[in-house]
Amino acid sequence: MQSKMKESDPILEVENLSASTDNLPILKGVSLTVYPGEIHAIMGRNGCGKSTLSKIIAGHPSYTITNGEIKFLGENINSLEPEERSQSGIFLGFQYPIEIPGVSNLEFLRVSTNARRKFLNKEELDTFDFEELVKEKLEIVKMDQAFLSRSVNQGFSGGEKKRNEILQMALLEPKIAILDETDSGLDIDALRIVASGIKRISNAQTGIILITHYQRLLDEIEPNYVHVMSDGQIIKTGESDLALELEKKGYEWTDNFIKET
Amino acid sequence: MVNENLVKDVVKEPYKYGFVTDIETEKIEKGLNEDIIKLISQKKEEPRFLLDFRLKAFKKWQKMKEPDWAALGYKKIDYQDIIYYSAPKQKEKISSLDEVDPKLLETFDKLGIPLTEQKKLTNVAVDAVFDSVSIATTFREELAEHGVIFCSISEAVKNHADLIEKYLGTVVPTSDNYFAALNSAVFSDGSFVYIPKGVTCPMDLSSYFRINSGDSGQFERTLIIAEESSSVSYLEGCTAPMFDTNTLHAAVVELIALDDASIKYSTVQNWYAGDEEGVGGIFNFVTKRGKCLGKRSKISWSQVETGSAITWKYPSCLLLGEESVGEFYSVALTNNLQQADTGTKMIHIGPKTKSTIVSKGISAGNSKNSYRGLVKMGTKATGSRNYSQCDSMLIGDQASANTFPYIKSQQPNSEIEHEASTCRISEDQLFYLQSRGIEFEEAVSMMVSGFCRDVFNQLPMEFAAEADKLLALKLEGSVG
Repeated sequence: MQSKMKESDPILEVENLSASTDNLPILKGVSLTVYPGEIHAIMGRNGCGKSTLSKIIAGHPSYTITNGEIKFLGENINSLEPEERSQSGIFLGFQYPIEIPGVSNLEFLRVSTNARRKFLNKEELDTFDFEELVKEKLEIVKMDQAFLSRSVNQGFSGGEKKRNEILQMALLEPKIAILDETDSGLDIDALRIVASGIKRISNAQTGIILITHYQRLLDEIEPNYVHVMSDGQIIKTGESDLALELEKKGYEWTDNFIKET
Repeated sequence: MVNENLVKDVVKEPYKYGFVTDIETEKIEKGLNEDIIKLISQKKEEPRFLLDFRLKAFKKWQKMKEPDWAALGYKKIDYQDIIYYSAPKQKEKISSLDEVDPKLLETFDKLGIPLTEQKKLTNVAVDAVFDSVSIATTFREELAEHGVIFCSISEAVKNHADLIEKYLGTVVPTSDNYFAALNSAVFSDGSFVYIPKGVTCPMDLSSYFRINSGDSGQFERTLIIAEESSSVSYLEGCTAPMFDTNTLHAAVVELIALDDASIKYSTVQNWYAGDEEGVGGIFNFVTKRGKCLGKRSKISWSQVETGSAITWKYPSCLLLGEESVGEFYSVALTNNLQQADTGTKMIHIGPKTKSTIVSKGISAGNSKNSYRGLVKMGTKATGSRNYSQCDSMLIGDQASANTFPYIKSQQPNSEIEHEASTCRISEDQLFYLQSRGIEFEEAVSMMVSGFCRDVFNQLPMEFAAEADKLLALKLEGSVG
């Protein structure tokens, strides 16, 4: 099964990536390759660099790549603007989706979707056609249409914000989605909705990276690989049972790997 | 910190109204004295009472001092170095638009305000003012059928002298302030609107002010009277060419609303703002005030201020009539070295009066943007209420924003509520939008229009679209 997947070209290749912010090194040589159809989980303590990794892949301007490269569909994207990365099919689901007062969620989603469609040489959608499309996608995350007329994320509950992220993923149909702690702050019902949404959107051509602290999301979406990060490095990679072991033994258990290596 | 260079690119402002119309003009000599005032009055064939009005104002002005309390810094204005009357040369009496100099019609065409019968805007009547004179007013006959008078103030002086004599200077007295006194002495043209009792004006009325010459000031005067149970929506637009000198613009606008009448006055001000180094641009010192004279009358100001090197402007409401309503909705955008000191005064005099203030200031570049407002509850204003909301948005880290709210209450049985906030477009907000495929510039412009939404919602439909476009243009680096 695994080897068959690898007959196709990788979607994302992170090669020996080091990065810093304000001269403070955060990533210290991370390598990670995602092939179509794969689901990777990245786990680790707060501050280990897993959120930073996701932001750097999406192009956050606060971080400087000091070494290594990020390749998307075989091309180096180190110097691409965040919007170019998004248009070409990289999606970051934020841990804390930010509120943008005054900007209508519907209009935001439409402009965003059209930016991606334009890249794909698809016809851009007017308000009416877009409303049709978004109605269909709302169903995936069980969101009410009322969300559309509100400002982006403003006054949304934690769960609503996360569902809004998955809605965006559904609209943008990315090649790769990096979901940063999408499970945090969700009750069990919301978690199921979000998880089933992710599963419906992903397919054999897409890749997913789940960044999480907990096993419970991985109970819903079984990963092909689990990576454990510590101090800006991936210190252990295994299959889905690694997450279970980690859940049982705690991160202290992983501290030993560092000593070993 | 948001990437400084990117922000600078984004807020670079192209000004597409900066052209000069090459036209023969009749100008009087520079300087200000009684003879000049008499000459202006004579040129306009004014009745005696108006000359007296001017001379009285001039005497007061000579004794007054230019105000210095605003948070503005600018080179002292030499009032003797200004031409107080400049008009394009044309036939003495114009009976139809066909006789208007085609260059003038072309100018307004270029500004998006076509005046000719074939091309004129269909849903709005326009009074086009070029330097010191009104060029044309459209839809006059159609409006006259409803009893609505819409013409230049010069014509109103000739044809409706009774109304002018009765109302002129009753809202903004000649001695109100330095710039109002100056305007009262030398005002050249402007618009006059009269809505008779019970009439809802069948279309929006609008004035378009164009400054063309670089060495003459523009001193327009507008008077709007809404009789009992009438209503009108009035729009005002302004542009000027790019000169490296500063041009003085000191206007006075007076609104009067009687019982159950309502006036909605909207402005999109886009005078030339000067260049990136702060050279040139209009000095905009304006006194706008409305008097809610009647019971349940309503005056609503909305303004989008994006131009001028200096803006000094406080559209205000005197709430005399019981249960009268005053509103002020403002967006002020400053960039480069622009300075704006703008706000409102809501003077509650009658009982159960209500006022709302929503002000949105956006400062970019090295600009300075201040909100200055007064809410006053008089002794008889029992049961009156005010709600004020003043928000500032900073773009980049060189711009400044101030809020100066003054509150005076002599009436314990009244309510005043004030909210203020300052925000900066955060890098995380921009990154969020960018990470959804939205370009940096569009992201900034989306957030700015989002910030202004509460005010844009108050503008007439087409104006709102125009204002949105104008802000986007001002904030877009790649265009022009």
